[in-house]
Amino acid sequence: MFGPLNCKAGTSKKNKTGAWRVELRPKYLHQNCIACKLCVTACPEGCIIPGEKNAFEFDAAYCKGCGLCAAICPKKDIAMVKEEEQKSK
Amino acid sequence: MSNHLYAPGHTACSGCGQAMAVRYVLDAAGKNTMVANNTGCLEVFSTKYPESAFEVPFVHSLFENCAAVASGVEAALKYLGKKDSINVIAEAGDGGTADIGLQALSGMLERGHDILYVCYDNEAYMNTGIQRSGLTPFKANTTTSPKGAKSFGNLRYKKPMPEIALAHGIPYMATATVGYPQDLQRKVKKALSIKGPKYIQVHVPCPLGWQHPSNQTFDVAKLAVETGLYPLVEFENGKLIGVRKIKALPVEEYLKVQGRFKHLLGNAEEIKLVQDVANASIAKYNLKIEADTAQPA
Repeated sequence: MFGPLNCKAGTSKKNKTGAWRVELRPKYLHQNCIACKLCVTACPEGCIIPGEKNAFEFDAAYCKGCGLCAAICPKKDIAMVKEEEQKSK
Repeated sequence: MSNHLYAPGHTACSGCGQAMAVRYVLDAAGKNTMVANNTGCLEVFSTKYPESAFEVPFVHSLFENCAAVASGVEAALKYLGKKDSINVIAEAGDGGTADIGLQALSGMLERGHDILYVCYDNEAYMNTGIQRSGLTPFKANTTTSPKGAKSFGNLRYKKPMPEIALAHGIPYMATATVGYPQDLQRKVKKALSIKGPKYIQVHVPCPLGWQHPSNQTFDVAKLAVETGLYPLVEFENGKLIGVRKIKALPVEEYLKVQGRFKHLLGNAEEIKLVQDVANASIAKYNLKIEADTAQPA
């Protein structure tokens, strides 16, 4: 029968939305980072991993490439690069 | 992975303002929270069966009864004697608040349930394809209020939902925006510290429906506040306790960054009508920063 539909909390993590990223991807330059965590706040996916200065990274499995982290970075330490260029390196 | 109560892997569009706002609200509320949500963008992109992006208990019912479901959750918690340690948050979109869910919301506010109602205002029915809602702003182009040779978009003004909620005599009402996350989180924490029904309306830009680039979500949200079209106000027990003072930029600054207002550009007459809306809210809440008298001549 059609009963109540339940699902476990946080199970969306198996849904790798990184495949949505078609054109640009963020690149953390790791030069002038001051660890202000604005990019962590801004990311709509919540997929930026904070750390020490110049040690922030994003989780490519979930990043949709919206570019908000690069736009908000006060030190311009995040660049949006073409997806293919990154792969060829 | 950073420790958020809203997990990645949800299927929101890239640059979604609502996905950010949900995370801010849940992170501010903490893990002892239960969420009731009605149909809308949030439900569609966060709980795609059999997955859920929420790390807290979540219940979805129908489009119109988010507030009623939350009322039931609150009543059950009260009966079990657990209400003091658990927050109940009702989350809804603008259509589910101002149009379809208004009667349930009104009932919840009237009965005095201890619930925080958060309305994510993205100014149209975005998940079904950008139809006009009661909170769509004046002159916006949507699929049911299209621009054309003789039409300049939405004919009607934005419904004054904050005032409607306030008229119920609730202890706390505020408007917030994703453009200022700390302000939003402070308001959520303050609301949860107060007993009784609370209403917060959060302005969330939608790159798809507003037709702006996905990396400008914050800029667009801030411009809405700075031009006076979305006043940030805070009421406690019916008294105005705070507003965000602004420089009152011309509304054109806000209109020109969005595709949905593109048809207004270069038409001074129509822009003046939108400016009048902004001027009215600036005058109503006295939003403008007073000119500095010490400025050199």
